[in-house]
Amino acid sequence: MQAQTLSPPRSSHWQDTLERILPKIVLAPSFVICVVFFYGFIIWTAIMSMTPSRMLPRYEFVGIEQYVSLFANDRWWLALKNLAIFGGLFIVLCLAMGLLLAILLDQRVRAEGFIRSIFLYPLALSFIVTGTAWKWILDPSIGLQKVLNDLGWTSFVFDWIKAPDMAIYTVVIAGIWQSSGFVMALFLAGLRGIDDSIIKAAKIDGASMPTIYRRIILPSLRPVFFSSFMILAHIAIKSFDLVMALTGGGPGFSTDLPATFMYTYAFTRNQIGLGAASATVMLGIVLAVIVPFMYSELRSGRNG
Amino acid sequence: MGALSVRKVRKSYAGVEILKGIDIDIEQGEFLILVGPSGCGKSTLLSMIAGLEEITSGDVFIADRRVNDLSPKDRDIAMVFQSYALYPSMTVRQNISFGLEIRKMPQAEREAAVDRVAQILQIGHLLDRRPSQLSGGQRQRVAMGRAIARDPALFLFDEPLSNLDAKLRVEMRTEIKLLHKRLGTTIVYVTHDQIEAMTLGDKIAVMKAGEVQQFGTPGDIYRNPANLFVAGFMGSPSMNFITAKVCESGSGLGLEMESGGERFVFPAVNGEGLAAWKGREVIVGIRPEQITEVVDSHGDDPRVVRQSLPIELSEPTGPDTLLLVHINGAKVTCRVCPDFASVPGEKMPLMFDLTKVVYFDPATEQRIQ
Amino acid sequence: MAENVAGPRLTFGRIALYAFITYCCLYYLLPVTVMLFNSIKDLNELKAGNLMALPRQVTFEPWVKAWSSACTGITCDGLRGYFWTSVAMVVPAVLISTLLGAFNGYVLTMWRFKGSDWFFMALMLGCFIPFQSILLPMAQTLGKLGIANSIPGLIFVHVVYGTAFTTLFFRNYYVAIPDELVKAARIDGADFLTIFRRIILPISGPIIVVTVIWQFTQIWNDFLFGVVFSSGERQPITVALNNLVNTSTGVKEYNVDMAAAVIAALPTLFVYIVAGKYFVRGLTAGAVKG
Repeated sequence: MQAQTLSPPRSSHWQDTLERILPKIVLAPSFVICVVFFYGFIIWTAIMSMTPSRMLPRYEFVGIEQYVSLFANDRWWLALKNLAIFGGLFIVLCLAMGLLLAILLDQRVRAEGFIRSIFLYPLALSFIVTGTAWKWILDPSIGLQKVLNDLGWTSFVFDWIKAPDMAIYTVVIAGIWQSSGFVMALFLAGLRGIDDSIIKAAKIDGASMPTIYRRIILPSLRPVFFSSFMILAHIAIKSFDLVMALTGGGPGFSTDLPATFMYTYAFTRNQIGLGAASATVMLGIVLAVIVPFMYSELRSGRNG
Repeated sequence: MGALSVRKVRKSYAGVEILKGIDIDIEQGEFLILVGPSGCGKSTLLSMIAGLEEITSGDVFIADRRVNDLSPKDRDIAMVFQSYALYPSMTVRQNISFGLEIRKMPQAEREAAVDRVAQILQIGHLLDRRPSQLSGGQRQRVAMGRAIARDPALFLFDEPLSNLDAKLRVEMRTEIKLLHKRLGTTIVYVTHDQIEAMTLGDKIAVMKAGEVQQFGTPGDIYRNPANLFVAGFMGSPSMNFITAKVCESGSGLGLEMESGGERFVFPAVNGEGLAAWKGREVIVGIRPEQITEVVDSHGDDPRVVRQSLPIELSEPTGPDTLLLVHINGAKVTCRVCPDFASVPGEKMPLMFDLTKVVYFDPATEQRIQ
Repeated sequence: MAENVAGPRLTFGRIALYAFITYCCLYYLLPVTVMLFNSIKDLNELKAGNLMALPRQVTFEPWVKAWSSACTGITCDGLRGYFWTSVAMVVPAVLISTLLGAFNGYVLTMWRFKGSDWFFMALMLGCFIPFQSILLPMAQTLGKLGIANSIPGLIFVHVVYGTAFTTLFFRNYYVAIPDELVKAARIDGADFLTIFRRIILPISGPIIVVTVIWQFTQIWNDFLFGVVFSSGERQPITVALNNLVNTSTGVKEYNVDMAAAVIAALPTLFVYIVAGKYFVRGLTAGAVKG
């Protein structure tokens, strides 16, 4: 329901004037927040990324020098590569898992509400708590490997979390555990929103359930795919807490992500300029994902 | 000036002109109807009278006061909305007295007002309920009660009956009319339903595309429509429009007709203004109730003609039967007594009372006097 | 997605379905059960066995230790202080950001003016900013305002960045309220604040609950702002937990770590159990409607 713009008549009565500007006054703090603390700060960080700042900000312009050293930094490349691996797997598997769970739950299962709350509760937890729990579960000396060893399968090895080239996959495992419930909730809502009569018409037309899923249901879930993708991508790019708790960035810095890289360099290594540059690149990555999405949303119009 | 004066009011929004110059005057105690199809601007005009929308140009006077710059609460008006707009978290009693409370009326007076209103509308037993516990008709009454309690100079109704089912709508219509008689208030009432317009109004403003097409009493508008739109909009089933060429007939003018292959000529009754149209086509407007089965009461009146035409469709409504025929290629509806109606496919003798026929210029759609 | 209308029968397909669902449930419940069981084990028993083994001897000593004497960096006072720091930070931040969001939503749906829609879009875009882009300037600003490394500083940061979400929630909720309600109130003579106080607020119950739960969860669970903008005693419990778990001095006390994690998770878990369905509504409200 679109709200009609109430434009009260201009009046010289001071009370009415107050009435006219009161909405703007109310919005003012948030306006300041938006302008200063969102967009202003982004610009500030971008400016800092073009300065040679180290421990304290020094406002001299050095152009893209920091970006050059950023991209000459092996650790940064590793972080980007990890982001691609983690992000890609995280998004795809969360979508698959979430969709699968949603379809399962939609089959008129008993105690659906209870089961749904089991899938969803991980979202109520901090990434730190999640990271801590999985850190020990994946630890070879007391976790999964030891369990299976103790049960008799003595040759089972699962020490990914200690192996530099496999550790990033443990982040994927923990991440999916945390976030797939959310995707499931979105898909379930989407499935429930599909008009039953379309399904019935398809059945009368003689289509089998797999075909119905493929040709009718999945296509109509497109908007949910898109929003989930956007949100998951956003979570992946921002991932910091999970890595810090699960691996601390290690072993060494083999599970570094851009977010942990930025934190380390800006706040522990006193390289503010470089940190700012990495932050701005992260922003660029986020925009590269969001902007096309927003654009396609606006173009396809609002069709409910 | 009387209770409400709208002078040359215009409204533009985002470069589009919604109201193109409205002039309306009504007296104290009159019931004004703003009627027209969706998008004609009637609700916008009402909002501007209420003070909820800015007036681009022109003036609005309520009780001889220019109110252009006054906010709604200073205009001494009350409004009833299509969706009733009752405050969900308050009881009926609180809903009715809210406006009085804002105006700092003492509690004793407020309670007296609520009781008075409850008595008039017979909602005394609902006073302690919440809107969600009321039926549609009850909510409508409470909405009216809220307006009445304020005792304003002007009542505004914005399609208040549109959300009710057909039967309830008819009941409430009568109630509103009785209320008006009893309270003698000045009312501006917006509706898209022309039956409501005809039954309730003292004065009707028929609107289309931001302009008043005609302003007058219901009878005026029904019998003497100013243009094709007004003629076709008011009345149900709507007026029949037949395009016919003006010719010479006997000592006066006639209209060439054809139906089912047969040609005939009707006399151009009241057609003095058609002299300039000899040889050209005009649009003839005749209402369904003027085409009936043959009865004897008109005797030999030459203005009442008989013609047998093939019937195409028959729609019994209960009190009448509507028959569809084609004349000059136009669909023509006739209202006959069910006992005399013929069966589709047959030819039926019909009587055309041409005394109330009206003529329109096909190009300008205006009435030919 | 209807099975036969008479009710699904117990076919092989249904059994497989339930089996798979149960398997998935176990996967989701695993970490928390592991944490719980191991938090009440004796350390030696834990190290001798493995994480999945049930405790043979139950002890609550790890909990006591986690609460009052575990080492979180240089101090060894347990999580107790940090728990209350988090509380002191979360409560005002939730209240203020919710209030701001409510007013913003109210203005943006019922008192729109030129440019207000653009402002809303700009605010929404702000939901997507990676916080890395504002950490450095914010650190500087907090210092200049004199609230660096303090609870008010944390409250400030959370309010600033939480308002975008709360505004989204309230705005989406208020959009569905018919504007005739506000028109009627204006004709009755009510002004901006009166309409909010007496008409809109009384029917805002559901969205207030959703927003408070969402904000509470987000702010309590936050780590990034905590670790960047505070240190020492003013850190929230998430940071303290991470320090506790990652302390490299001495023996790794897994059971204490587990107990600490559970303590840190309790408030939001509790809220989830009690008011879970509002939580779900909060998620889908913002996301599905875009």
